[in-house]
Parts: sequence; structure tokens; C-alpha cells
Amino acid sequence: MAEITPLRTAAETGLTKLFEATKMKYPTGVSIAREEAFRYFEAVGLPTRRVEAFKYTDLRTAFRDAAHPAEMPSSEIATAALAAAKGFSEIEAVRLNFVNGHLITEASDLGRIPAGITVTPLNEAMTKASPLLAHLTPVRQAAENPIYQLNTAFLADGAVITVAAGAKVETPIHLRFVGAGTEAFSTATRVLVVLEEGAEATILETHEGPDGVAYQPNDALDVVIGDHATFRHARLNAEGREAVALSTLSARLGAKSAIETVNVVVGAVLSRHQVYLNFAGADANAVVNGAAMLNGKQLADTTFLADHAATGGVSRELFKTVVDGAATGVFQGKIIVQQAAQQTDGKMMSACLILSDEGQMMNKPELEIFADDVACGHGATCGALDDDLLFYLMQRGLPKAEAESLLVQAFLGAAIEAVSHEGAREALIGSVEAWLKARG
Amino acid sequence: MIEIKNLTVAIEDKQILNGLNLTVNDGEVAAIMGPNGSGKSTLSYVIAGKADYEVLDGEILLDGVDILEMSPDERAASGVFLAFQYPLEIPGVGTMTFLKATLNAQRRARGEGELSTPDFIRKVNGAAEKLEINKEMLRRALNVGFSGGEKKRMEILQMALLEPKFCVLDETDSGLDIDALRIVSEGVNALRAKGRSFLVITHYQRLLDYIVPDVVHVMSQGRIVKSGDKDLAKALEASGYAEYRTGEAA
Repeated sequence: MAEITPLRTAAETGLTKLFEATKMKYPTGVSIAREEAFRYFEAVGLPTRRVEAFKYTDLRTAFRDAAHPAEMPSSEIATAALAAAKGFSEIEAVRLNFVNGHLITEASDLGRIPAGITVTPLNEAMTKASPLLAHLTPVRQAAENPIYQLNTAFLADGAVITVAAGAKVETPIHLRFVGAGTEAFSTATRVLVVLEEGAEATILETHEGPDGVAYQPNDALDVVIGDHATFRHARLNAEGREAVALSTLSARLGAKSAIETVNVVVGAVLSRHQVYLNFAGADANAVVNGAAMLNGKQLADTTFLADHAATGGVSRELFKTVVDGAATGVFQGKIIVQQAAQQTDGKMMSACLILSDEGQMMNKPELEIFADDVACGHGATCGALDDDLLFYLMQRGLPKAEAESLLVQAFLGAAIEAVSHEGAREALIGSVEAWLKARG
Repeated sequence: MIEIKNLTVAIEDKQILNGLNLTVNDGEVAAIMGPNGSGKSTLSYVIAGKADYEVLDGEILLDGVDILEMSPDERAASGVFLAFQYPLEIPGVGTMTFLKATLNAQRRARGEGELSTPDFIRKVNGAAEKLEINKEMLRRALNVGFSGGEKKRMEILQMALLEPKFCVLDETDSGLDIDALRIVSEGVNALRAKGRSFLVITHYQRLLDYIVPDVVHVMSQGRIVKSGDKDLAKALEASGYAEYRTGEAA
């Protein structure tokens, strides 16, 4: 019987052409990894709604064309773009500045990296075939994901950050990603963070870009958290209004390690943030939160997977979505507890507040449990603002819009409170206030 | 101060208030007593402007101005305050944040300047101390984890800070122990002043031992059926509502 080959879309054909044309000359290992990733991707193509993991986020429709990978920008363009970037700019941090997916070394703080940390541009690490690259792709399930595969295939730049054993670094490292341009472009960046035993570090991430340009960023953050190490992470998606923004955080957790990650979404017409956690060592702890504020025709998808492979893992997930206009929120979360992962304690919650008639939210929480001594739960809620609460606030003198804002802020605040870094927490709350103010 | 004329109100096609007439004079404390289902809470919600009710007829004049067309926040800025029977918990909204937002919203609506943070804190601390509200309570989210008595004291704190003209207390005594009842009542009594009137809704005469009313009205079937002085409350306590209950469900 003849094999059925699905019709390839213009974007898929375009991606193949771009991949062939932009193949870069790296040492064999890197080239093979990129080639493999692309061949895997090519065999399946852009996922449609018929693929369960993309049921609510149709990438085939979102990607009508494959945008050309952005070149290294001129220093004038880079300087102007970075000067306009606002996210987390008030925070005292060591900055790695990326414009159109390329690390702008002269505009970054490579000369004042705190003790205990090393930073190597990914390009350099790839060219020199750094042994650290063996740490890439720390979670198996991510490698099977088409978004992550595309990131690997088109990988252009990024950074490799190591935190030495026992180093407790106070100053956060700010990965600032800025897009610049007037025509569609794509980027693929990867940042690898390796925390050795007992290390502690905070990574902040901001993503910004021009409104009115359908650019396509694809960013991945790979994190290897050693035993007793702690990784803290706050991320702000303030991409331009037409951006189709894909991102993946994959982390492997060592014994008694901890991860705290909070992703706040205000930007992009379509965004999908994927989080893959592998509880490889016993007694690891994870806090994974998200807050999304959507309006117009925005769609924001949060896809989460926790794979508990060792005993005593604790995970807490809280995702809050506020939907206005004709926007759509998507949450897909799955906790896998392998047979060996006894005493796992996992709680996953997704809550949505719908402020408009046309807004919608898709929640798909799942548990897959093979161990018998576990405490796992999930919940999902969806609703409008409580009329009684609004009346109470208005009776005390707050005009309706102000009363609504206070309640929305309180709703999202619960997810943002988990950010340990005070400056980042305040800046993220500020992004909620700005969103509410713009809503009027 | 407040004049309610021929107020006729329905909720989901059921008429609750049937041409109610009531006047509360400047500086007066008026108590409303009545059996369950007589429309006391409906009256308080309609005065405050809750959306669920349909006003079929009548008017509510505050200093001669009809407030029925005003939104709840406009009524609040005009001086209407409702102390809720069941104050709501608002997770995630800090008590101080809430107090400051409401106080400044009302000041803005009246064209007054916003309070500075030190002035605001001084004002809150002074009022809170009188109501035995400690700083720990002020640090929590509004009413979250508060006992029934603490919630009612928080209502009176808001009343003290907002300095309204017309205060409606909807069964403020429900769920209070003797000590809390005393604290709340003292809080209310301290606010009695010229230029401020109270409508105290209660089932029991006990509250009126602490907040002694100038007038007592009996409400039944959605209208005021009898009025008298504070002794009327005592008489009701002795005789019950039987003579007013005719035709009511509960």
C-alpha cells in the first residue's frame, strides 16, 4: 500500500529550504544534532490540531510562511533596539543582550561576570565543540517536541552559563532578548545553564520586539540543576503584538535541588511556553507559576510536563490567565509519576478569569501515576469576576473599572508572589498594572 | 437627610418592597426591626445600589437628591455607607491597599486631594486602635481568615475612615459575642454626630441596648407598619413579631 504523504505547507517547504541554505559549519557533533533535529521535524511537519499536544494551538495555521532567520544586526540597529528595551531595566543585574537572536557581546556585561559564574557565547561553544554542550537537551520529552526540534535545527546563538559548586550568586543574570526590524524574521536561541552541586543563581529573562511585525522567535532554556542546587527564574514575554513566540524551558533536577520559575505573558499574538521538568534526583522541589494577560485576538498556551523519576519530589504549579476581548488562554499540564517515584507530592492548578463575552480558556490537566504512595492533585477553574465582590468594592467608593483592576491584580498576584527576587517581582506586578491601565 | 418615598422593588419578578416610606433625620439613629423576609436586607441593598434589584417605583432622596440613578460608587461618594451583614473576603487584596484605594477614590470623586501615605497611616492607626484592630490584621488580605467579630469591626473601621453621611448597618450584631458587640457599638456611638444619620437593621433588641436609637420602625411585608421610640423595641422583644407576620412566608 502506498504511503500517504501529507501535503506540505508553504511554511514547511520554506523551512526545508532555509535549513539547507543556512546550515552552518560547526564541528561534527553540533551539525549532526542540528541535522537530526531537523529530519525529525521534517518527517512530521508543523503540528495541526489533530496532534493531541497541539489541539488548541494550531501551529500550521499560525505559521503561514517560514520567516528568514535574522542576521546579526548592525551595531546601530542593536544599540537603538537595546536602548528601547524596558523589561527589568530597573533591576541591578549582569546583562546578556540579544538582538534578533544574536548575542551582542560589546553591549553585554561579559566583563563583569560575578565570581563563580562563567559565560560563554553559544556560538563560540559550538565552534569550539565545548564539552559543556553534552549538557544540552536535559529532558528527553523536549527532544521529541517539534518546537524544540526547530530550535535545535536553526540554533544560531545563545549562551552557556555555569555556576560553580557551592557558589551562591546574588546578582541576577538578565537575558534580554529584543527583536528589531520592519519585516518578518525568525530567531532561534538556546541558553544552557549548568548549576553544579550546591550552587544558587537567578536568571531573569525579558522578550520584547516591534509591534506590527510578524516575527517568529523560538527560544529555549536548558537547565541542569546539580544536587542541592537552586535555580530561580522569572520571565517576561512582552513581545510585539504580531509576534508568534515559541519558548521551551527544560530542566533536570538533581537530588534535593530546587527550581522556581514564573512566566508572565502580555505580548505576542500567539505564544506557547513549554516547561519540561525531569525530577532525576530524590527530594527535588519545584515551583512553576505563570500569569497571562490577554486581549484582542491573542492566544497564549502554557504546556507543562513534570516527570517524577525519583522519590520525594515536590511540585507546585499555579497558572493564572486573564482573558479579555476575543483572546484565548490554553493550559495543558501533565504530571507523570514513575513507579520508582514514591512519596511524590504534586499539585497543579490552572485558574482563569474571563472578562469578556468572546474570551475563552482551554484547560487540560492530566495525571499519569504509576507509584502507589503519592499525593497528587490538579484543578482548573474558569469564571467571571464575582459580582458580589465588585459590589462590595464599589459600595466603598471604587469606580467599576478600578474595582475590576483591583480584583484582577489580586488574582494574578497569587502567581507572581512566588518570584523570590524582589525587583523582578515588583517589575512583574508593574506589568500587570500597566496592562490594566491600558485596558482602561 | 434621607427620605424614601413609595419605594417599590422586585427581584426576579417577586415584589419585596411595597411602597415603603421612611424618613431618617439629620443626626438621627433609626432602627428597623422586623421578622425574617420582611425586606430589611433588600432595603439596605437598594439604598446602596446593588444591581440585582428592580426598582418599580419611588425615590430615595439624600439631602434632596435622588440617588436611584447613581452607581454604587457614586452613592458612596455622596455619603452612603453599607455595613454588610456578611462582609466579603477578598484574597490577594491587602487591607491597607484596599482602605487607601477606597478612601482616595471617594476623595477624588468629591474633588478633594488624595491623602499622603503618612497621613493615611496615622488616620488608620488611630481609628483601628479604638476598635481593637491590631496591626497584624491590617497586614492581612481583606477579611481573609478574620473571625465574624473581626470582620464586623473592619466594617466599622471603614465607616470611621470614610466618614459617610448616611450609614446603613445590616444586622451588624449577627455573629458577635458580647465583647465584640460592645466594641462595635462603641465604634458606632463614637461616630454619632450632627450631619450623620444611621439606619440600624436588626432582629434583636440587644443591639439597641448598646446603640440606643432615636426612632424604632417595624417593617413587615415590604413596608414600615409601625414607628415609635426605643421602648417599641423592648415591647417587640417581649411580644414577638406574631402580629406583624400575617401573610409572610417566614
